[in-house]
Amino acid sequence: MRRFALISIPYLWLLALFLVPFAIVLKISLSDVALARPPYMPQFDWATGLWAFLSELDFENFVWLTQDDLYWKAYLSSLQIAFFSTLLTLLAGYPIAYGMARAPEEWRATLMMLVILPFWTSFLIRVYAWMGILSNEGFLNQALLWLGVINEPLTILNTNTAVYIGVVYTYLPFMILPIYAALERMDDSLIEAAEDLGCSRLSAFWLVTVPLSKSGIVAGCFLVFIPTLGEFVIPSLLGGSDTLMIGKVLWEEFFSNRDWPVASAVAVVLLLLLIVPIVLFQRNQQKQQEAEQ
Amino acid sequence: MTLPVFEPWNDPEAKPLIEFQNVTKRFGDFTAIDDLTIGIYEREFFALLGPSGCGKTTLMRMLAGFETPTEGKIFLSGQDIAPVPPNKRAVNMMFQSYALFPHLSIWDNIAFGLKREGQSKAEIETRVSDMLRLTRLEKFARRKPHQISGGQRQRVALARSLAKAPKLLLLDEPLGALDKKLRQDTQFELMDIQEKTGTTFVIVTHDQEEAMTVASRVAVMDNGKIIQVATPADIYEAPNSTYVADFIGDVNLIEGTVKPTGDATYALHWREGAEPLTVKTATGFSDGQTAHLAIRPEKVTISAERPDGADNAVEGKVLDIAYLGNISTYHVELPSGVVIKAQTANTRRISRRAFTWEDTVWLSWTATAGVLLAD
Ligand SMILES: Nc1ncnc2c1ncn2[C@@H]1O[C@H](COP(=O)(O)OP(=O)(O)OP(=O)(O)O)[C@@H](O)[C@H]1O
Ligand SMILES: [Mg+2]
Repeated sequence: MRRFALISIPYLWLLALFLVPFAIVLKISLSDVALARPPYMPQFDWATGLWAFLSELDFENFVWLTQDDLYWKAYLSSLQIAFFSTLLTLLAGYPIAYGMARAPEEWRATLMMLVILPFWTSFLIRVYAWMGILSNEGFLNQALLWLGVINEPLTILNTNTAVYIGVVYTYLPFMILPIYAALERMDDSLIEAAEDLGCSRLSAFWLVTVPLSKSGIVAGCFLVFIPTLGEFVIPSLLGGSDTLMIGKVLWEEFFSNRDWPVASAVAVVLLLLLIVPIVLFQRNQQKQQEAEQ
Repeated sequence: MTLPVFEPWNDPEAKPLIEFQNVTKRFGDFTAIDDLTIGIYEREFFALLGPSGCGKTTLMRMLAGFETPTEGKIFLSGQDIAPVPPNKRAVNMMFQSYALFPHLSIWDNIAFGLKREGQSKAEIETRVSDMLRLTRLEKFARRKPHQISGGQRQRVALARSLAKAPKLLLLDEPLGALDKKLRQDTQFELMDIQEKTGTTFVIVTHDQEEAMTVASRVAVMDNGKIIQVATPADIYEAPNSTYVADFIGDVNLIEGTVKPTGDATYALHWREGAEPLTVKTATGFSDGQTAHLAIRPEKVTISAERPDGADNAVEGKVLDIAYLGNISTYHVELPSGVVIKAQTANTRRISRRAFTWEDTVWLSWTATAGVLLAD
């Protein structure tokens, strides 16, 4: 009984904060098109009963998503941006995590602190700061002009490049921390054993270090990929008009077009898209836990 | 038929496989290896013995290439190995922690070194299955290291280091985690492998019995120095110092002053008023020199009456009896307070043993039973 009570707390939490809102969004997505005017039809009525209510729900909003190519293009471009930012974050994050794990013991806490330090400032403020850095008159262009590297200011802000910079910057810690955790756990004598058996430093890295940090790499990639897919703030602040991301479309449907049923349909599809990587992520974590036992 | 005696260290013609020349290793201002010179010959089974922290692992790591000597040189087959990186040395090390690759199966762990050599698939297959057979691991080839027992893991580590058929195999406390039975089995397996493959072994151990069992020669180390290198029998019977005598096995140490009494015979005056002890030794001692007589408990005879014609005999009282099954050790206190240990085989049932606590007994030993060691 006590165990049941203990387990039920997180489940109630999940029910209240995830399943109930999701049910509401799902219901709205299946409702009739209606601009900026809740309540959305149909509504449940005790007099006609549940069946009458259900039979009036339909998929017209989802059908609509397939008719306007804005939506699938946005999904595709989000997937693409999320994929490449994950790759870039991995390329930037792995060496940092590796350096941290190899650093002398007494330095590691400090380095970890430095990685986490940006979280002390609001995410929004940090993205605004990037606007100041990347704009035509921003710090980056001024510095490059002053150094004589360029003659004309580069246009970075309001392009996809700025979005990539913003995403990599924002999600880097999520990549570094799991990889660092995996690398730090690794026994140094494994590298020595690999060298002893004829590996060069480099092949020992590929044959031992990388496979042993695989769970960290996979976790880091999902932790970057999943939120980037639905990212809204970064593309709308740093991206340009041609930056197409589903988070932005979602926001526009909700707050500019005020078409909540279509917006809800967009959200439901996004969630379905995310379920695949989330399930894969869960399996990775589970496998890792099993391996550690 | 007489077997040729394997004693390359006594052969002035023989060139050692490994030569340490005045090697010193410092970590900061701490000296882990102190001006060490030694030669280890091909096909030897060389055991390093010494207290914790005396530098055994450091010595091995220098051979494998994970540490470089601060001073001095190490030669392998006559070549200075300082510039050779670990992956280019014909040396394999079996780590104390085994260091098995957790992401690879037992089979792949053993094949790891062979694959790096670029051998053909078929060659690798046969070599790995040979190794699996040798270490009796065939059944576990497909498992991951975390799916097998500690003893099996240890054998995987051994198979992996043996697979490349290195000229020199370094084993750092390879049997430390095993129970006595499995340890003995593996010791014999090791000696068997050594016989079959002709590899030179250097083994670190904390277990002197193990060193005595497997080694062709034993080196006793202390504080980064080698105190004595000799065959197990010599180390045991003729230790060169009280440190070695005390470190290897059980020993009675009796301190006294030496007085030459004849041809290679000395009298050891060890107690005021007590009869001096007679010792025969080839080593020369000067009159009045202080020395220790080291005598093993099993060389001391215990009897109820003073035995006739014994070179040395002392009377005492049984203080304690340690019953070890096959043997018993009697702790006998002499009137002067010195305690001497004597060991006898338990040829009778325990209820019928001849001596018990508080009994007055005589201890005796011959003039050549002990070793006289200068301080
Ligand atoms: N990397 C290092 N830095 C500083 N000191 C070290 C280092 N490696 C070893 N030492 C020191 O050198 C000494 C010898 O170490 P080593 O590991 O060779 O001992 P050992 O004889 O193998 O001991 P054990 O039997 O406990 O394994 C020890 O006092 C140890 O503290
Ligand atoms: Mg050691």
